Amino acid sequence: KINTNILPKKIKCIFFKKSFIYNFSHFRQAYYGGNWASFTFSGLLAWIEENKVIFLSDCLEITEWMNDIKEGEEILLLNSSDKSIMNVEVFNFKENDLFLTVDLVEDLKEQGSSQRKDDLFLTVAAAESFESGIDKSPDMYVNEHPSEALEHNDVCTSSQKKNPELFLDGKKYVNVCKTSVAETRKTITYSQIIRESRRFNIDLVSKLLYSRGSLVDLLIKSNVSRYAEFKNVNRILTYQNGSVEQVPCSRADVFGSKQLTVVEKRMLMKFLSFCIEYEQHPEEYAGNFKERTFSDFLKTKNLTTNLANFILHSIAMVLDTDLTTEGLRATQHFLQSLGRYGNTPFLFPLYGLGEIPQCFCRMCAVFGGIYCLRHGIRCLVVDKETRSCFFFFFYRLISRAVLITDRSLLKADSEQLISLVTVPPLKNGQPAVRIIELCSSSMTCMQGTCEVEAERPNVLWALYFNMPDFSSVERSSYDLPNNVYVCCGPDSGLGNDCSIQQAEHIFHQMFPDEEFCPPAPNPEDIVYDGDGAPPEESLFKEHEESEVGDGEERTLDTKHLVTSTTNEAEDAQESVKEIPSE
Amino acid sequence: MHGRIKLKTTEEQAEQKQKERLKKLHFYDTTRSACFAKRKAGILDEEGLILSGQLLAANPDFATLWNFRREIFLHLKEEKTPEELQTLFEKELSFLETCLRVNPKSYGTWHHRGWVLDHSPSPDWKVELELCSKFLQFDERNFHCWDYRRLVVQRAEVSPQEELEFTHKLIGTNFSNYSSWHYRSTLLPLVYPDTECRVGRADEEALLTEYELVQNALFTDPNDQSAWFYYRWLLGRADREETVSCLYISREGQRLIVSFSHPVNVLLPKDELILFVDGLPLRVTWKSPHPQLKRSAIWICELPPNTINAACSEHNFKVHWQDGRIQRECILYKGRSESWCRDSATDQQLFRCDLSVEKTTVLQSELNSCTQLQELEPDNKWCALTIILLMRALDPLGYEKEMLQCFQTLKATDPMRTAYFDDLLSKFIIENSILKMEYAESRVVDLSKKNLTNLCHLDQMQLVTHMNLTSNRLKSLPIHLSMMQCLEVLEASDNEIECLEGLVQLPRLQEISLQNNRISKICDLRPLASCPSLILLNLKGNPITEVPDFQSELSELLPSLKDLIV
Repeated sequence: KINTNILPKKIKCIFFKKSFIYNFSHFRQAYYGGNWASFTFSGLLAWIEENKVIFLSDCLEITEWMNDIKEGEEILLLNSSDKSIMNVEVFNFKENDLFLTVDLVEDLKEQGSSQRKDDLFLTVAAAESFESGIDKSPDMYVNEHPSEALEHNDVCTSSQKKNPELFLDGKKYVNVCKTSVAETRKTITYSQIIRESRRFNIDLVSKLLYSRGSLVDLLIKSNVSRYAEFKNVNRILTYQNGSVEQVPCSRADVFGSKQLTVVEKRMLMKFLSFCIEYEQHPEEYAGNFKERTFSDFLKTKNLTTNLANFILHSIAMVLDTDLTTEGLRATQHFLQSLGRYGNTPFLFPLYGLGEIPQCFCRMCAVFGGIYCLRHGIRCLVVDKETRSCFFFFFYRLISRAVLITDRSLLKADSEQLISLVTVPPLKNGQPAVRIIELCSSSMTCMQGTCEVEAERPNVLWALYFNMPDFSSVERSSYDLPNNVYVCCGPDSGLGNDCSIQQAEHIFHQMFPDEEFCPPAPNPEDIVYDGDGAPPEESLFKEHEESEVGDGEERTLDTKHLVTSTTNEAEDAQESVKEIPSE
Repeated sequence: MHGRIKLKTTEEQAEQKQKERLKKLHFYDTTRSACFAKRKAGILDEEGLILSGQLLAANPDFATLWNFRREIFLHLKEEKTPEELQTLFEKELSFLETCLRVNPKSYGTWHHRGWVLDHSPSPDWKVELELCSKFLQFDERNFHCWDYRRLVVQRAEVSPQEELEFTHKLIGTNFSNYSSWHYRSTLLPLVYPDTECRVGRADEEALLTEYELVQNALFTDPNDQSAWFYYRWLLGRADREETVSCLYISREGQRLIVSFSHPVNVLLPKDELILFVDGLPLRVTWKSPHPQLKRSAIWICELPPNTINAACSEHNFKVHWQDGRIQRECILYKGRSESWCRDSATDQQLFRCDLSVEKTTVLQSELNSCTQLQELEPDNKWCALTIILLMRALDPLGYEKEMLQCFQTLKATDPMRTAYFDDLLSKFIIENSILKMEYAESRVVDLSKKNLTNLCHLDQMQLVTHMNLTSNRLKSLPIHLSMMQCLEVLEASDNEIECLEGLVQLPRLQEISLQNNRISKICDLRPLASCPSLILLNLKGNPITEVPDFQSELSELLPSLKDLIV
């Protein structure tokens, strides 16, 4: 199984072209980014349908072009469908188009208590007020809820079993809440979401950018940042002692926190200051703690249970079983990213994470990269001598959920907040649940309205699915021809460092002497032949024009770059042969 | 090759930049000349605004051009209709905003903005307030903007309550902000006035919530100074009222000494001091104890002969100060050689240092939390220093031992400021010694072996007759020592004294012991010539004893000296 379309690839693309290396990217799907993509709501529904279909056979009609295969070459067939998305389930809490209220927090609790080994990864989004004539400040939250499980393949079945249970839970709450719905006239309807579909994008992956992470550095260095806009994540929340609380992580948060005593404030600040430069104080953690877990280490630091939980689950975001140095490194990374762009370490791209691969594609396209959508690679043509057998490996599954709710998990002055919520594992050894709650100004959820004054948010719509995490699979386990490189797709981490590292690594393997993603030149430094208009701008125009014609899926977002046409299919096959041979 | 992008070389780039620079420079020069020519010719038109605007956009610190613009505006004010003016002023404000974006710390721009609004037909100060908030969001320490904000707040009549909330918000984002804390200290007394109407103090309840706020900052980052300074302000007390604190009369010396709570200059008409003897005003000449003290806490007058009659059963002395608003009275009975009337340091709780007279329980709980913080942060000097101040506010004598310990910590953690801590400790030790002396109702003060580096509060010791300064680290006897007008015996052996400038005109000083000090020149002893009663001087172990002819020169300088020990 070869994963073809992933973030690292995009990053690589750019570069090929800049170094005047012929570049050709193809996607099986009609959209960019593979499992990294973002969709409009209707796009997501289409994606769901696509992934519910079970492909019975991968038989390919290869005869047409069999004649082109030369002597000494052999065909390596590839799957025609991407089967990496599993267990897709949708729950639509509606009745006659009206949404029913399902208590998100209860739902969350139920999931936790059902002994599931997953990481639930919720993304919840709050919406901008919307002129509705209702005097209460109207608000509506659209929540994404990708839930993430860190499981081995064999555990996967339990997660499959889980889904019906969850559905029952859902039912139960539907019943419980029915009366309240009847009393309070809900104004969000399913058809409304469909109608507003193009106004927001929903991500398949749930990640954030560390302000000092490698993706941000790369975006800046390569000038790709000019194609994207970001919002700062405003709050870091956690679920503790039965309620959602804000995690004090910056100096200002600690100062302003009402939940901590002054002594706790001091202990927390002291510990965090130590973490920033922990390498300089090896005496604090070396020796005994080298081999022990970070959570054990925290216990020796005079921190209250509250504080230790904050640090372990919400700041370091490591598992109970992770070692001290790993926890310290993660905490340091978190802290170093603080304050660069705001009061939390994270950035979120407007229009969703799917923008990032597209931005890299766009830069690549500006310098002549060609993209071909809706055409997967059917097979690889390989030299007989390097041909070897297929591979076998284990991988983990990421459980994701997208939830649309009507309000934020934790009430705040502003509704335009992006929050990261971590729900600590109920038992040791279980993974934690991470939720990213988004708001409408991040262009990832709907503007809407809701007049119910409730303490807890209600789930309006939910999508659950599993995505495999190949990041821990060694390349050697694939046993592929040596000039074929494998990218792992989205990993389960919160940041993007893993993908960037991989992209850079693969790039250097292919082009050992080239710089990875060098800065794109400033438009004014480009010398144009003749005195026509600067080609860069006209290039954009061209693309945008061609775009308008071809998409039934076009959203308000005009950033998409689509350059492919269907009759390029032949080229696609040829290009495979040309991809890097060193 | 098709699709290949050609880039300019670095030389080409540099050349192009150079060209652009020259072009800019030329433009700047010609525009400037044009502006100056116009101004010289007195042409105050809108073109002048455009030209100066082009220059100021690039260089907002060109004060002459801002003046030029103001001249133009004043001129146009007479020519244009109010509507035209309004658009002109609005245009100017948006121009100024772009200038501020380029340089948010330009004096000229902020000042001009204030001027424009003051001259605008309908200024919108609320918009200005938002502008300030925005700029303070970018840089909460921009004092130009803070200054401007104060102007806006005044003009827009923003309530102190709103401003207090604004500072709260800023402190919430980053509490390392002196400007905000200081602003709070000016706003709190306005929003929550002190019940006893003391100027500059806030109501106790309001102070309590402030303590909580500032404690959060202290525990979050104890190394941040701004919060500690605000904390000290919170714990501070109102300034002592100006008053006459003591009146002293000496029969044999025929002199009268007046002490004040603050250094004053009674020779100035506004601080004129009038003496009444037995109800009748008496013209006297006031002088300070030392010629160098222009402002002094102590003023002395020689009484004219026969003012005091030994046969008279009692004499009533009274001083009026500040037009009689402040008075003090003292009676000298028959047979008494001296008499005084004073506020004692113990009654006034003078040395509960600069801290408040608030409920002791509050101070006690503040002390407890600081001690708690110190346990967590044993090396934090701000904490140690505040603990000292709190202990002094609570009970200076009771906490003496702990105080000494805290000073040890301070000196260890911040060795660069050892001298400052030594001086501060000297001050506190002297305060304690004064308290002890007053409780004992004695006029003898023992300050020996205290490691003193500095002498202070000498005005509080004007009645002291014997002072022991033996075995300290004093380098001089400062001019304020001349306030100790009753001093008879001074022991100052085993110090590092080089200079005796304070031993001036001390009428009763008889014995001075200066063994093992660093007096090296005969001229250093000259001040002693003004002490008429001096009969014993111990100079053993001083370099001066090595000087040839020293004894003969000394007897010339101090003819009345009976015993010289060398």
